[in-house]
Amino acid sequence: MTDWVLDVSGISKRFGGLQALSEVDMQIARGEVYGLIGPNGAGKTTFFNVITGLYTPDSGRFLLAGQPYTPSAVHKVAQAGIARTFQNIRLFAEMSALENVMVGRHVRTRTGVLGAILRTPAFRAEEAAIAERARALLDYVGIAHLAEYKARTLSYGDQRRLEIARALATDPQLIALDEPAAGMNATEKVQLRALIDKIRQDQRTVLLIEHDVKLVMGLCDRVSVLDYGRCIARGTPAEVQRDARVIEAYLGTGAHA
Amino acid sequence: MDILLQQIINGLVLGSMYALVALGYTMVYGIINLINFAHGEVLMVGALVSWTTIGFLQAAWPGAPAWLILLLSMVVACVAAAALNFVIEKIAYRPLRNAPKLAPLITAIGMSILLQTLAMIIWKPNYKPFPPLLPSIPIEIGPAVITPIQVLILVITAIALAVLSWLVNATRLGRAMRATAENPRVASLMGVKPDRVISATFIIGAVLAAIAGVMWAANYGTAHHAMGFLPGLKAFTAAVFGGIGNLPGAVVGGLLLGLIESIGSGYLGELTGGVLGSHYTDILAFIVLIIMLTLRPSGLLGERVADRA
Amino acid sequence: MSTMRTLPLFQRPGLLAVFLLVLPLVLQQFGNAWVRIADMSLIYVMLALGLNIVVGYAGLLDLGYVAFFAVGAYIFGLLASPHLMDTFPWVAQTFPNGLHMSLWLVLPLAAALAGFVGVLLGAPTLKLRGDYLAIVTLGFGEIIRVFLNNLDHPVNITNGPKGIGSIDAIRVFDYPLSKKLDLGWIELPGVTLYYYLLLALVLLSVLVCFRLETSRIGRAWMAIREDEIAAKAMGLNTRNLKLLAFGMGATFGGLSGVVFAGFQGFVSPESFSLMESIMIVAMVVLGGLGHLPGVILGAVLLAGLPEVLRYVAGPLQQLTDGRLDAAILRQLLIALAMIGVMLWRPHGLWPAPEHGKALEPGATR
Repeated sequence: MTDWVLDVSGISKRFGGLQALSEVDMQIARGEVYGLIGPNGAGKTTFFNVITGLYTPDSGRFLLAGQPYTPSAVHKVAQAGIARTFQNIRLFAEMSALENVMVGRHVRTRTGVLGAILRTPAFRAEEAAIAERARALLDYVGIAHLAEYKARTLSYGDQRRLEIARALATDPQLIALDEPAAGMNATEKVQLRALIDKIRQDQRTVLLIEHDVKLVMGLCDRVSVLDYGRCIARGTPAEVQRDARVIEAYLGTGAHA
Repeated sequence: MDILLQQIINGLVLGSMYALVALGYTMVYGIINLINFAHGEVLMVGALVSWTTIGFLQAAWPGAPAWLILLLSMVVACVAAAALNFVIEKIAYRPLRNAPKLAPLITAIGMSILLQTLAMIIWKPNYKPFPPLLPSIPIEIGPAVITPIQVLILVITAIALAVLSWLVNATRLGRAMRATAENPRVASLMGVKPDRVISATFIIGAVLAAIAGVMWAANYGTAHHAMGFLPGLKAFTAAVFGGIGNLPGAVVGGLLLGLIESIGSGYLGELTGGVLGSHYTDILAFIVLIIMLTLRPSGLLGERVADRA
Repeated sequence: MSTMRTLPLFQRPGLLAVFLLVLPLVLQQFGNAWVRIADMSLIYVMLALGLNIVVGYAGLLDLGYVAFFAVGAYIFGLLASPHLMDTFPWVAQTFPNGLHMSLWLVLPLAAALAGFVGVLLGAPTLKLRGDYLAIVTLGFGEIIRVFLNNLDHPVNITNGPKGIGSIDAIRVFDYPLSKKLDLGWIELPGVTLYYYLLLALVLLSVLVCFRLETSRIGRAWMAIREDEIAAKAMGLNTRNLKLLAFGMGATFGGLSGVVFAGFQGFVSPESFSLMESIMIVAMVVLGGLGHLPGVILGAVLLAGLPEVLRYVAGPLQQLTDGRLDAAILRQLLIALAMIGVMLWRPHGLWPAPEHGKALEPGATR
């Protein structure tokens, strides 16, 4: 039995007259970098939002590391182990980069109000650990020197890295990146690819929505293609690239490989 | 049961005035996402300006017909209120369009207090008797009565709504207002000047509130500097009740709130076995609001707020 | 984060301490009324600090905060005055020596009750967006005031508009603070004794707030304030955190209320009007949202300054034919302050120094 980190099936979601997702399945193995591609409007972000609890699906079975989970409460999904980044970058703008990542540690730490007010030894130890881990993560994504800077003043590329660092801080089983390369130039994309490779080497599982075909094909172990809310192809990047339905979806009928 | 019809009539009259004020709130919120806390004060200014005008006209023109004096005073009140609202928007709200979100709210609250205080200074704090300018012979409708002023309120409200409806749906300005309310950025790309549209919204809202203010003072026979605050708040809850940003919603919300308050104050004592008396009427509006926001936050007819994504 | 340590004033804590300790002794030379002003300012500082947790840290605009102040005040008023004994004979029988609940019992009780009310009133607001939250909390504040004003029949609990009087003074080590303390070389009137109690409470409040701000909970609140959806996506239980903010803020309010009731000896619904809630919000926003020194400044300015103006208002009143008296002047100034400060300094008079520095655009690694 393969060790699926994420095993979802039969996901459907309708918005009024629009069937955004129909019976979508996905299985992601541990340590994989899994890509989700498809033309605009195919339902990729909707899928993301469903598996992370932002939208309630009409149907679907959801398993994370073999355990069923209910994608209804966003924070519970994060607690269970799926962390995500957003297409439009949602950082805590007025907080520093370090503080942003420290908030990522919130879900794995425990000290409450009493500890905070009384400054118990447990509190102090935990705070130190949080700060240390946060700095380590900033270093991991390559922005350690920006720790004290306000998040909204960071460059676009650095903000994306920060968002990834923050998501990693939650110690997720699966980290889901929503178009992390959007708006990046070629150099930044190379650095992003290196970062995701690094994440994979550290035994983390990554789900990736991306439009940059070159990035996806070079990085992902396997890929699903969505079109009009349906999964039309699945497999290695090479396989999918040759699939006639995929070509048709992107380029229209009459195009050739 | 015998008082029910009377309460209904009273409720519709009260509700009409709430509707007029609610429209101002809902239009402004729909277009710039601001609760104009000072809007209730526009009602008060309308009432007090008209009171002063009436006093002046009666002294300067003794033979004039009462209804004409009332009408003229209403016109003056509308002009004054419109000018006031235009100035307020320009100097206090416009500079804060991009400020942190709490800033305009605080300014609006401050403006509300400022207007009340200035009114207290200019007009002195005592309650002013509003002269009865219409015959006060009540018209009987079954077991209930309706006074001419109440009839006038209903008629004027209906006319005002008809005019507003025409304005919003059939004129260029109305189209511009609806476009800006829906998506300000795209509207401005189409050549709509947001500043002009917003000013127009404030002016229209002011005129409606001033009319309501004059009617309120005439109906209750008195005007004073604090008369606008509570009705203003209640009118805002009516706007939310009906669906913020939604014009018909504001009207429906206003009328319903008026009915609830009127019927409620009549029956509250009976319903609760004397525990809660009519002093609790004032908070009925809030209770309605809380229930509505808990069960159906978008209001009865659905909200229409600008897409700011 | 540690904004306190970067401020010049606090580099001389000794000087500040001396100033604060000596202040009432100086003021009382000019009359007890001046010390009273300082006392009321301190009470408002506590209220502003409490509201700052809700509005400043968690970003929840509460316009009905005075309700918690009222809860604390009335609890003490009911448990430390003859009112309940006069109204309910069975109480008089159970407590033949009168109801004089000790401070050590009332304080935790008021804190717990106010905190509970805070959670209760916060619960329906959790899903509301900012402006609606404001109106609903405003509504709650008004509802409580109306109940306080009308719960004198059928059963007289609150004594309605007449309020509850003859409330015990606060006792510290069994010494009632309303009684003058003769130290030989100087006499400390009641108001001065209360000043020191309030000062101690304010310092405690500041400490608690600072520790909350620089903790995991404080960061969580700020994350919610900045972007609630992102906060949820990071696993924050925003519902519980918001309720926690409401509860903690309410607790501050309740505790302030207890001291207020003891200080005044009398409570009535008039002291807990919407205007008070608005004033406290103004103090926090004008001072500097989420920034402790700013909040304290805002409270001192808005609470103390208008009182001081009373003494200036006399001649003005004559000048303007009686139209401009102290109360009107105070209101006018508060309104102008609210409008003016927001136009000129939308982040407040003393906002938080940037949480983190600003990076110049184009600066490279």
